[in-house]
Amino acid sequence: MRITQGAFSYLAELTDEQIEAQLRYALQNGWSISVEYTDDPHPRNSYWDLWGTPMFDLSVDEVETAMREVRACREGFPSHYIKVIASDASYNRQSTALSFIVNRPEVEPGFRLDRTDAHDRVVRYGLHSYATEQPPGQRYGQGSNE
Amino acid sequence: MTSTSGPADNPTKDRWSSGVTPYAEMGYYDADYEPKDTDILAAFRITPQPGIDAIEAAAAVAGESSTATWTVVWTDRLTDYQHYQAKAYRVEPVPGVEGQYIARIAYDLDLFEEGSIANLSSSIIGNVFGFKALKALRLEDMRIPTQYVKTFQGPPHGIVMEREMLDKFGRPLLGATVKPKLGLSAKNYGRVVYEALRGGLDFTKDDENINSQPFMRWRDRFVYATEAVNKAQAATGELKAHYMNVTAGTMEDMYERAEFAKELGALIIMMDLTIGYTAMTSMSKWARANGMILHLHRAGHGTYTRQKNHGVSFRVIAKWCRLLGVDHIHAGTVVGKLEGDPAMVKGYYDTLRKNFIKEDPETGIYFDQDWASMPAVMPVASGGIHAGQMHQLLHYFGEDVVLQFGGGTIGHPMGIAAGATANRVAVEAMIQARNEGREFYEEGPDILAKAAKGCPELDAALEIWKDITFNYESTDTPDFLVTPTVG
Repeated sequence: MRITQGAFSYLAELTDEQIEAQLRYALQNGWSISVEYTDDPHPRNSYWDLWGTPMFDLSVDEVETAMREVRACREGFPSHYIKVIASDASYNRQSTALSFIVNRPEVEPGFRLDRTDAHDRVVRYGLHSYATEQPPGQRYGQGSNE
Repeated sequence: MTSTSGPADNPTKDRWSSGVTPYAEMGYYDADYEPKDTDILAAFRITPQPGIDAIEAAAAVAGESSTATWTVVWTDRLTDYQHYQAKAYRVEPVPGVEGQYIARIAYDLDLFEEGSIANLSSSIIGNVFGFKALKALRLEDMRIPTQYVKTFQGPPHGIVMEREMLDKFGRPLLGATVKPKLGLSAKNYGRVVYEALRGGLDFTKDDENINSQPFMRWRDRFVYATEAVNKAQAATGELKAHYMNVTAGTMEDMYERAEFAKELGALIIMMDLTIGYTAMTSMSKWARANGMILHLHRAGHGTYTRQKNHGVSFRVIAKWCRLLGVDHIHAGTVVGKLEGDPAMVKGYYDTLRKNFIKEDPETGIYFDQDWASMPAVMPVASGGIHAGQMHQLLHYFGEDVVLQFGGGTIGHPMGIAAGATANRVAVEAMIQARNEGREFYEEGPDILAKAAKGCPELDAALEIWKDITFNYESTDTPDFLVTPTVG
């Protein structure tokens, strides 16, 4: 399967040049950029691990600085999911403005849907990530990266 | 009115002597009145009967929508009546249209109950629309002062919180209304939900008239739709949702349906405009209390919003719905099958999404409106749109919008999931191109054609719907710089 979170998961994997174009767009809008990674891609996992701290003060000319962090995160966690988050601090938004995946494991085992019968045909559903059957850092075929 | 015979024609009549006094003379017109920051302001398009003076007609509207009745009553003198009288303070002819005027009327805040659209609308549009002295009357816009805005809850969540709940950012959300609207059994209905969601849409939706009919009762639909949503989430690792329509004949039934949706873990429920302002406000409070996104289908609005000379503009309905609190509202597609002049639709979208809207005659906005940080409502574009229009849709609406492709998903020649994938690939490719700085509106067809090379589903969608446009003249257009409807 292919996890389709983020803004561009239905396109072919973005090249570094395409990622840089998106980073430039974020900086043009005055958004900060952060890089996050995880090996627990459950759709309700709101808190992927931060790669360093968000980059707040980059100018439009400093796309390469942000891209360097994307590359470094990939080198550190080549088999994790990695996403770029752009945050808009402006009044009445103050939230994520753009989020897209820039790295994913070669094989994505996906999720099992667990069903438990409750009452009157009500079913309780649970989304079970196969990868999380292993401890963190030993999922998606990688050794310990921690 | 000036045409009324009797004491009204007598220039020596005292304000308080019994009989009929023109509304303007009773204080319902005041050209020198400076609206207070706390006043509720309304702009009416008035079409007086032949021979009726426009200022007197405007004063009559002010009178009949506030304290007046047709004749003098001495009981006014037991009150501080001038405080409660609405005042027409500006009456201007509509440029280029014979016999129509825009009347601006100010109402003191005291005239309205806090947090009640029922009360606001009973006053402003209660009796006055049937007034014989007017051929036609239309409420064009309202300015809601901060003091009154703050008496309303507003959207249960709003655009920012909805996106965080769904973890979807930086692109329009995609949906589809299950078709056919009527007749599917619960299990077959859930099939459509599953296919559309696993194929790439974020939402599916009950239609406005799918409530609880003999061919499919609401509880069965909810159960199968929930199975479909959960299966699609497992297939994609992405959050999905189906708008469960809880519209019913009584509030008790609606609460029962909403509670069951909650028990099933639903993220979003929907209701129809036909249930009324008070019922919608009650559902809004329920949705806030229960963490449920609330979608509103504007069923029935075309009966009173479409004609330019009579009724209530949709921008007023949009404003009332932001106040009473919905997270989604259908607001027009411009390019689709339903009425929607581009400039007017922009006015609706601005009203729903912005925190401050400037007066702008070109988009039909008659007053500055400050929302005082009330969360924004996500507009929904639905009805006759398809993947081949993605550049136009992004151009008109930006990214804070739900694009709903019902036929444009379910009617795909390769199947429902393929239709969903075509729409998702099209929107992602267009967002990518926009962010890269491309002139996506002009280059749209090229951007889509290139994306379709790697996506047979999009290729098929572009081919089958390539010539489909709904190019009709709009009925409701701005009075200034009229823009033709796009094709």
